[in-house]
Amino acid sequence: MNPRYVPLAATIAIFVAAYALCILQYPNMLSTRVIGNLLTDNAFLGIAAVGMTFVILSGGIDLSIGAVIAFTGVFIAVVLENTGLHPLVVFVLVLGIATLFGALMGAIIHHLEMPPFIVTLAGMFLARGMAFVLSIDSVPVKHPFYATMKAFYYRLPGGGRITLIGGLMLLVFAAGILIAHRTRFGANVYALGGGVQTARLMGVPVARTTIAIYAFSGLLAGLSGIVFSLYTSAGYSLAAVGVELDAIAAVVIGGTLLTGGSGFVGGTLIGILIMGLIQTYITFDGSLSSWWTKILIGLLLFGFILMQKGFLYLSKGGRRLA
Amino acid sequence: MNALKPHLIRLAPQFAVLVAVVLLISLAFPDFLKLQIQNGRVYGSLVDVLNRGAPVALLAIGMTIVIATRGIDLSVGAVMAICGAVAAASITSGHSLVYTLALALAVGLLCGLWNGILVAVLDIQPIIATLVLMVAGRGIAQLITEGAILTFNDPGLIFIGSGSFLGLPMPVVIWLVFGIAVTLLVRRTALGMLIEALGINRRASTLSGVSTGVLLVAAYVLSGLCAAIAGIIAAADIKGADANNAGLWLELDAILAVVVGGNSLLGGRFSIAAALLGALIIQSINTGILLSGFPPEFNLIIKAAIIVLILVIQSPRIRDLAALFGRSESAEATVKQEAK
Repeated sequence: MNPRYVPLAATIAIFVAAYALCILQYPNMLSTRVIGNLLTDNAFLGIAAVGMTFVILSGGIDLSIGAVIAFTGVFIAVVLENTGLHPLVVFVLVLGIATLFGALMGAIIHHLEMPPFIVTLAGMFLARGMAFVLSIDSVPVKHPFYATMKAFYYRLPGGGRITLIGGLMLLVFAAGILIAHRTRFGANVYALGGGVQTARLMGVPVARTTIAIYAFSGLLAGLSGIVFSLYTSAGYSLAAVGVELDAIAAVVIGGTLLTGGSGFVGGTLIGILIMGLIQTYITFDGSLSSWWTKILIGLLLFGFILMQKGFLYLSKGGRRLA
Repeated sequence: MNALKPHLIRLAPQFAVLVAVVLLISLAFPDFLKLQIQNGRVYGSLVDVLNRGAPVALLAIGMTIVIATRGIDLSVGAVMAICGAVAAASITSGHSLVYTLALALAVGLLCGLWNGILVAVLDIQPIIATLVLMVAGRGIAQLITEGAILTFNDPGLIFIGSGSFLGLPMPVVIWLVFGIAVTLLVRRTALGMLIEALGINRRASTLSGVSTGVLLVAAYVLSGLCAAIAGIIAAADIKGADANNAGLWLELDAILAVVVGGNSLLGGRFSIAAALLGALIIQSINTGILLSGFPPEFNLIIKAAIIVLILVIQSPRIRDLAALFGRSESAEATVKQEAK
């Protein structure tokens, strides 16, 4: 097998094995209802994680997405409450803001040659601060259009539902996979992750690609914020704290190398599903406390990082021992 | 005096900013500068700044060293929560104060050791290596407190959070003493220089005989120890261990303090004193915003503005531009660039 596929294969194997174990203990977990809920509950995280996958593939990191999700939610709620705009118009507006915000961070990262870590940290403070300025309280969304969108779902055999937001996540993943593997932009992202210098020599437009990557991540964070607002029917500036870390964890568990340049958008979907599965198992069990989720995800993260190191070591024939 | 001069020049910008911030606040609120002594203890907003800034100042000490090695430690907030939880759990189950403190500090050392081994031995990127503990750490802390806020009323432990020594609140004394001790340790020995060498070029330092592995682990262990002390102070301050909120986002504040202190995130030369001044600048702004009646949420926006400003100043591009305007500056810029 191509060594490129080994981390992805390991992720899929772990997911299948974990799901099989869950089913052995709780046969009810093998129902379309559980699968439908798995998709719905993790929709906002999944959409944000697609953007994060692109950022990490390019060798960067985006710490601002949780704050952008919160800002989007509050912005939608506040605008809907105070103006007569239709939600769809507000969605377009907020997606524009989020994309510009991401593009701005990308521009700073490229033109000021600063580490993405600290630039997106500033972005995180800024977005969270703007959300607070808009409203400190949780603002409910009561627009009737929300109820219409929530009532919209595709019924699976066995009673499960693929809701609008669950379906949207799958669509975003499909689009992400296409963009990553079938477009010039996707190839540029991989090239950038392989090394900025080499990418530049190969003729990759580094500035444009970097800005586009962060703009794309911003756009998806905005979309994730819309989904989150649909999911919770409210906008709250303290919502989605730490989502960026969950997204990074999902990307790593999905088999993407943190050094950039190698990985798959599809793997991130499996990563999201594994994390969702842990949560679902803990809910099914009932006696395990919620903090086990964090510990298990931490352990899983550790295991995958270790595995990646092992592969890197093997593929370079142990020459890194200097 | 001559020996001190380079240090003073290094600290001048941070010091000027701190003075400017304090003056600005005191212009609006003359009471800000007022100090009074009651029951043998100094009270006043300035002391409050020093006191409230204690956790970030402590974290900034360890973070400075870690960043100087070209690393970063994202787990300090979670380690604070773990150590606070350990201290609270130990004191409530009837152990002595000394045992409790030793246990909490040992746990902090252990957390640092874990990070250090991941970074130095397994050669994992520091952001990711410490992310593991950042994600799992709060879970571990909740496991220890069993999800509740573990309260205690042991006078000895509470003294660490709200007692006073020589008129100053205990947290202030602790971070001052610890900061001076670490500064002396790295500056009066070759350790500081070796850490800088490691941060600038790890391979070259290894090849020239520096045991970079041990140094790297030691840097993370120190950071873990700082987080443990900060965690104990934070728990003692509220007389309880809150696994969810203790030290939440303080890792970011600590990194910000180090950056405001003019230390490069790319590793190399560092100054602990400057990072401590950075922590005080951040805390003064926090206190100033609270006093001014602005919603505290403005803090985040101001912090973002500060980061962007510093990024622009530190940016290699801007430095090149500055180099165009003066020969002396251009010489300095090349030296700095060579240092990287």
